[in-house]
Amino acid sequence: MTKDNTEVPVETSEAKKKADRKADRQFYWDLFRTFSKIGAFTIGGGMAMIPLIQKEVVDKKHWINNEDFMDMLAISQSAPGLLAVNFSIFLGYKFKGVKGSIVATIASTLPSFLIILLIAMFFTGYQNNKVVSAIFKGIRPVVVSLIAVPVFTMAVQSRLNVWTGLLAAGVACLIAFLKVSPIYILLTVAVLAIAYSKYKENKEKKEDSK
Amino acid sequence: MIFLQLFYVFFLIGLFTIGGGYAMLSLIQNEVVTTHAWMTSQQFTDIVAISQMTPGPIGINTATYVGYTVPLNLGYSKLMCVLGSFSSTLAVMLPSFIIMLVICKMYEKIKGDGTFKSVMTWIRPTVIGLIAAAAILLMDKENFIDWKSWVLFAAAFIIGLWKKANPILIILAGGVAGFFLYYPL
Repeated sequence: MTKDNTEVPVETSEAKKKADRKADRQFYWDLFRTFSKIGAFTIGGGMAMIPLIQKEVVDKKHWINNEDFMDMLAISQSAPGLLAVNFSIFLGYKFKGVKGSIVATIASTLPSFLIILLIAMFFTGYQNNKVVSAIFKGIRPVVVSLIAVPVFTMAVQSRLNVWTGLLAAGVACLIAFLKVSPIYILLTVAVLAIAYSKYKENKEKKEDSK
Repeated sequence: MIFLQLFYVFFLIGLFTIGGGYAMLSLIQNEVVTTHAWMTSQQFTDIVAISQMTPGPIGINTATYVGYTVPLNLGYSKLMCVLGSFSSTLAVMLPSFIIMLVICKMYEKIKGDGTFKSVMTWIRPTVIGLIAAAAILLMDKENFIDWKSWVLFAAAFIIGLWKKANPILIILAGGVAGFFLYYPL
């Protein structure tokens, strides 16, 4: 009896740790399940995923509030990479640090990875089938139009003026007709934009000091 | 070593993808079709169609599928193709991972930064040009075999622009039209 009494505090702290670990594991599992569900059921790309993530994470699970969600969305959109991936990394990190971000990212991409892998293995045998080949002859021009449409919607959304419009047209010509790598173009534009903003900053400072 | 090459190429693509999935498609097309000639533009278009119709972000789906198809085109075994798709998918996400973790740590500082904002005002039109170039490059003889292709393109383009129709429905409609127009009955 006395032995038991002395060990009680030790036991409770260990039990608490155990319970914490269990809760942790439960949370990771919950995180994995939520994000893999989102990954498996959103068709139509990253933007289509956002309302689903919002519903799960903000409305249902109350893991974060809506304002934080919107801020994180804006940052994930302007950072390099894919929106859905960036967002999973960001949310996972917010909940559970690096480990959480790894769990959320794997969960959101694993379903589509497996589905594509299955299709890739299966479809390669059927490409020469007459029906499949006829269907794809109709699909190809339609897919090109799906890539052409966002060019116009994005141009309207970002309110291109003469200069930015010329930039967009020039970039398209450089890549499509002169075969310049988009990577060099992005780098050049970024460097010039940084230089221009620094130059403007300096000029404003000088004018202020006058 | 094809996976190392795939890993390197897709790491670069992940690093320079600004402006979402369609911008990534134009980078993938540039590397895989134009620069390395690992596949034809027809194969690439088919992959994009399937990636669009399956769940998940289109960029990831395309990376996975391209990673599978490139070793297959070069005559490697199926196991190598699976490894290729794994290495491409991982590589395309890795830069985001590094960058996002840095951003998470300095979240507040970046948000209000003037230089960042001014860079984005010039990057955005560049991305529009990038995607336009991808569309122009895909309008070749492999994807547009006759005048009917152009009619399908125009119809899908108008519907997409005016009605904001679901891309999957548009692709399915294209498939049905293709069957009736091109299947030798």
